[in-house]
Amino acid sequence: MSNSQIKEPLMRVVKRDGARMREKVAARAAAILLALVLDALFIFFVTGQNPISVYGVMFQETFGTKSRCSWAMRDLVSLLCIGIALAPAFKMKFWNVGAEGQVLMGGLVTALIMVYFGNRLPMPVLFLVMLLTSVAIGAVWGLIPAFFKAKWKTNETLFTLMMNYVATSFVACAVNIMRGQASSLGKLNMGNRAGWFPSVFGQRYNINIIVVIILTFVMYFYLKYTKHGYEISVVGESENTARYAGINVAKVIMRTMAISGAISGLCGFLIVCGRDQTISTTTAGGNGFTAIIVAWLAKFNTFYMALIAFLLVFLQKGAAEIASAYGLNDYAASIITGIILFCILGSEFFINYKVIFRTGKGGKTA
Amino acid sequence: MSNLIAWIIRAIPFGTIIMYGAMGEILTEKSGNLNLGVPGIMYLGGFAGFASAFYYENNAASPNGAICILLSLVCCVAASMLGGLIYSFLTISLRANQNVTGLALTTFGMGIANFFGVFILNGKSYTAAPLANSAYARKIPFLSGLGAVGQTVFGYGFLVYAAIVLAVVLHIFLNSTRVGLNLRAVGENPATADAAGISVTKYKYLATCIGAGISGIGGMYYVLDYNSGIWATTGQIEALGWLAVALVIFTTWRPLNAIWGAYLFGVLYWLYQFLPSLMGFTVASYVTDLIQMVPYVVTIAVLIVSSLHKKKENQPPAHLGLAYFREER
Repeated sequence: MSNSQIKEPLMRVVKRDGARMREKVAARAAAILLALVLDALFIFFVTGQNPISVYGVMFQETFGTKSRCSWAMRDLVSLLCIGIALAPAFKMKFWNVGAEGQVLMGGLVTALIMVYFGNRLPMPVLFLVMLLTSVAIGAVWGLIPAFFKAKWKTNETLFTLMMNYVATSFVACAVNIMRGQASSLGKLNMGNRAGWFPSVFGQRYNINIIVVIILTFVMYFYLKYTKHGYEISVVGESENTARYAGINVAKVIMRTMAISGAISGLCGFLIVCGRDQTISTTTAGGNGFTAIIVAWLAKFNTFYMALIAFLLVFLQKGAAEIASAYGLNDYAASIITGIILFCILGSEFFINYKVIFRTGKGGKTA
Repeated sequence: MSNLIAWIIRAIPFGTIIMYGAMGEILTEKSGNLNLGVPGIMYLGGFAGFASAFYYENNAASPNGAICILLSLVCCVAASMLGGLIYSFLTISLRANQNVTGLALTTFGMGIANFFGVFILNGKSYTAAPLANSAYARKIPFLSGLGAVGQTVFGYGFLVYAAIVLAVVLHIFLNSTRVGLNLRAVGENPATADAAGISVTKYKYLATCIGAGISGIGGMYYVLDYNSGIWATTGQIEALGWLAVALVIFTTWRPLNAIWGAYLFGVLYWLYQFLPSLMGFTVASYVTDLIQMVPYVVTIAVLIVSSLHKKKENQPPAHLGLAYFREER
């Protein structure tokens, strides 16, 4: 009966039951390809150069020489380390957007100890004290919002976001005191280099790189193969299920956030001792926010995180290089990063859902 | 006394910037979308408003203040709404994670504004749009000359008063109109709203895009009025954007609270400069660094207190931050 036709929409969306590996890879690859094309258009628009050769220049400038490569690795591990810190929290669906502040607090206590105890303590003790205090303060900074979340369900996204600015304020105050009359703080302990990481295997940043590689493996196994990791994923999926299964949800939330904050604090320690040898309000440099995106896109798999961090660092450093080569500015990197993130975020849709178009048969069979 | 007046005349324009940002975000969050892209949107709005005013001023034969205002306002709102549209498409149609999309939008908006800003700067450290500034910062004639009251109440550009009007309009819209009620239903429980025949997608899109347009005006007000029409490459707007997000919590999602809340934030923000001189003592500069955290600490306190009380009317929209998919339950 033609007049009893059911109206079928032009397209509808249905949920997929877990896409296959091939489809996941295809969606991601398509997203990255689309982003590279959009970025190429942008590059062509502002520089008038052949985008492919510009990408070549970007790669050359980022990884071309040994020291450039080590700078890229240094930035990569800083970003990756925060991503690793965020992974357990995000897997638990706890939106820790306060990594920036946790890193700053870790870096701050490291710098303070470096300045005020650098000449008094023997080197191994100094490093140990800096490590422990930075981890502890990071854990505390993560625990405060977690405590309120666990007890009273206080919104953690907004809480942790505000904690960033409290941390920034503390750092600004401490830097102000430490620099005294000087216009800027400069490198700490410039004279005797107390509290600076030594070069290992001939490279300045190797300690940072080694520590983060170890963390990558440890966190992967922690999330995947331990009881804690299992509890985290159950709480993340459904708090009610977790409660029913006898998991102490409040305890898991607080423990996980303490770990997340502690690793962020450790990252602050690594940045101050191994990279900057100083502290400022921009020590974390927005990595706390970028790492959120890294952790989310990698779906908490620390090895995927390394890949995504690599892609982002390549784009950021490369964009900075082409910016200086063509007389543009560093903000080109933010635009290029933004475009690629939008594309990857959008591609998630095609992994989780599928779109069905009208076939024209719907009405006849009804 | 003169110190107090100076404090108020700093605090109210400062409050106005974040009031626009917060009002836009309240509208957005009422639809259940937590848009952490507010700083990026304020950058987009601020830059588009400035750039259009700047080009108009320098290219028109006889530039006119009114046209300048109209042009920059339209460009600002259009650019901000485009930012909102990117966010909406990704989070509503493609159901991407809202927090992550918002943060990406902040990076993107900041990048766009500062990248293209450099072309306008053309090697200088800052450029100005004096005509637009004088048009936006024009005080109410006569009334603003009436002593202390005139200075503190009538001595601002028209956007300050427009913000108050907008807050009242938003309040009426959200509480006393059918469309406003529908919007709140979408933010609280989209499945129920959907069942009642409300188009969840349409409401979410419109609220987010219009909200972004309002937030963007805050960025433009910062550049063209508060900052004397000067564009420079800064991270200042980003900090203001986060403060606007904080203000949304502080107001417990009520536009009327945004009026006094914003001015209170303005007073707190300038506390470090005016309180010591008002009380007749000087503080070391490192103490002022600490005082700057006050607005954020106050916000945290409000967040904690409102979660302790569990009063239904002070809670965030129940579905805030979650994507809606009809077939999911």
